[in-house]
Amino acid sequence: MSLLSDLINLNLSESTEKIIAEYIWVGGSGMDVRSKARTLPGPVDDPAKLPKWNYDGSSTDQAPGDDSEVILYPQAIFKDPFRRGNNILVICDVYTPAGEPLPTNKRYDAAKIFSHPDVVAEVPWYGIEQEYTLLQKDVNWPLGWPLGGFPGPQGPYYCGVGADKAYGRDIVDAHYKACVYAGINISGINGEVMPGQWEFQVGPSVGISAGDEVWAARYILERITELAGAVVSFDPKPIPGDWNGAGAHTNYSTKSMREEGGYEVIKKAIEKLGLRHKEHIAAYGKGNERRLTGRHETADINTFSWGVANRGSSVRVGRDTEKNGKGYFEDRRPASNMDPYVVTSMIAETTILRKP
Amino acid sequence: MSLLSDLINLNLSDTTEKVIAEYIWIGGSGMDMRSKARTLPGPVSDPSELPKWNYDGSSTGQAPGEDSEVIIYPQAIFKDPFRRGNHILVMCDAYTPAGEPIPTNKRHNAAKIFSHPDVVAEEPWYGIEQEYTLLQKEVSWPLGWPVGGFPGPQGPYYCGVGAEKAFGRDIVDAHYKACLYAGINISGINGEVMPGQWEFQVGPAVGISAGDEVWVARYILERITEIAGVVLSFDPKPIKGDWNGAGAHTNYSTKTMRDDGGYEEIKSAIEKLGKRHKEHIAAYGEGNERRLTGRHETADINTFLWGVANRGASIRVGRDTEKAGKGYFEDRRPASNMDPYIVTSMIADTTILWKP
Repeated sequence: MSLLSDLINLNLSESTEKIIAEYIWVGGSGMDVRSKARTLPGPVDDPAKLPKWNYDGSSTDQAPGDDSEVILYPQAIFKDPFRRGNNILVICDVYTPAGEPLPTNKRYDAAKIFSHPDVVAEVPWYGIEQEYTLLQKDVNWPLGWPLGGFPGPQGPYYCGVGADKAYGRDIVDAHYKACVYAGINISGINGEVMPGQWEFQVGPSVGISAGDEVWAARYILERITELAGAVVSFDPKPIPGDWNGAGAHTNYSTKSMREEGGYEVIKKAIEKLGLRHKEHIAAYGKGNERRLTGRHETADINTFSWGVANRGSSVRVGRDTEKNGKGYFEDRRPASNMDPYVVTSMIAETTILRKP
Repeated sequence: MSLLSDLINLNLSDTTEKVIAEYIWIGGSGMDMRSKARTLPGPVSDPSELPKWNYDGSSTGQAPGEDSEVIIYPQAIFKDPFRRGNHILVMCDAYTPAGEPIPTNKRHNAAKIFSHPDVVAEEPWYGIEQEYTLLQKEVSWPLGWPVGGFPGPQGPYYCGVGAEKAFGRDIVDAHYKACLYAGINISGINGEVMPGQWEFQVGPAVGISAGDEVWVARYILERITEIAGVVLSFDPKPIKGDWNGAGAHTNYSTKTMRDDGGYEEIKSAIEKLGKRHKEHIAAYGEGNERRLTGRHETADINTFLWGVANRGASIRVGRDTEKAGKGYFEDRRPASNMDPYIVTSMIADTTILWKP
């Protein structure tokens, strides 16, 4: 096997200027990431300088067979942690040949919201806490769990250490370094309450880049689980019963919230979110009703509540923010399978553009 | 799989100044270690320059769900042997948002004792002999023991060599180097009397750093057993019957004891410890009554006795110390699951501050 890795790890810069660009996009389900690679004549660091490309949309449920070309527009570049050297990952969004965004292209609308002058002026920051579950391949049962049975109840696993408490740390640690290497703003990781569940955080990221970075981080995670022979699940409630679900808590602030007197702006923003609770919930991920039960550190899906340091509420404000009179808040409602373009832009729209 | 290790072993210093800090704390049981990581903008060598952080105390038995934030204060930095580069491990203790140490925070009180001028003047040194048992995962039976049965009786295993005498040396040796790399003052290791049981020693360490170093050494050990797929036990009597228990013998000296004529001070210190035997025993680890039976190189739990070179005593003074008229002594009573902050500070308190 070492000869195979010798080849995979070949440093091409010694023999050529050519680089490899892996174009990444989101497929027809809205959660399946796809990618393919092409050779470029030399290094590129600006997405605008990358060529548009296309793929077979009839194979990803995004176009009919007799008119199958879907066009990829490069939007963000990251360093490729798998090929390293000058090779890159490219986050793209998808359009018809006529230049219209496909229905599954959620980035397009998000970009419009984020380029609205009122939103630009508020410099919206996001910190997204992406939870996920690792499953054993072939049986789709969580990693570390006995087949046909269950581990001991939740308690020892949150931030836990040890062979009987932490399952899959090599995947998590490889992912952390790979994302830092790639240039993603990954701010931390931790083991979660349910065994085999983990979390990484991306941020603070401004505007549209939050979505780009979360999608790139998800792609890198799935490439790593592929190497490890494990399956990654973004299902919001992978195991029914007394086991925590998986969310994508979204921390948010605007310029006004971060400045003196920001706490009042925060309270007003939370109020506006409360008035559009149903609309947000509908866009916060499929299957969230299995997760937002009011138990396991969630608020019930039909209730909008907020509180300081309260992990059982829809929106949580940290003690630091309360004490300083400014800061940020955490929307705990989004499910792990949310689309970050949708969630980030909707929060900005409701809190900055909407008049109550 | 080597591609996974390529990523885990990525040297990020080639691409970024960013550093990963693993914050470590003790959970609600007083023995469960927890940790999570965050990205810092650059290398840090002084704990006071590290940001305070917080965690979900409701998931570790340390706070209620509606007021769940527990704050961790960085207290000691060690190099991270798993991520290497400029990455660090940070030993922390836990406080309420109002700044009060939470009940399981034993470091706070120990630090107060160690900063008392009389204690500072005596420069208390500690050498802690941490014993532990390695167990096979899933069956929780000692490593190397036949499942459903027992190995041959004790005799060949203490410092033994060979596949039928030493079980788990790879874990022990990896731990030794990892601790040295981390900057922990690990002074040695040896195989113990019970097969599958081992010991490492930390010290001499001054004052509060003894506790910090033992906890981080325990953390590194549990990370290593996690990698090896083996379970770590600090139970003081893991197997009933004619099998040794596991202790944390604590060697101790003060400036006065180390100076000429120190032997008198040693005798007077031992006398004071004898007068507070019950109080010390109560703080020396749960389940110690199963270990301190008067057999298997222990003194009975209800008896306080000391002697030169006597392994059946509560306190043993080495022949070197007796001959030189100065040196240190060994408190053999603490169990392997003792809290080093409590034991070290209590010995200092009783022998330096307490008036009988």
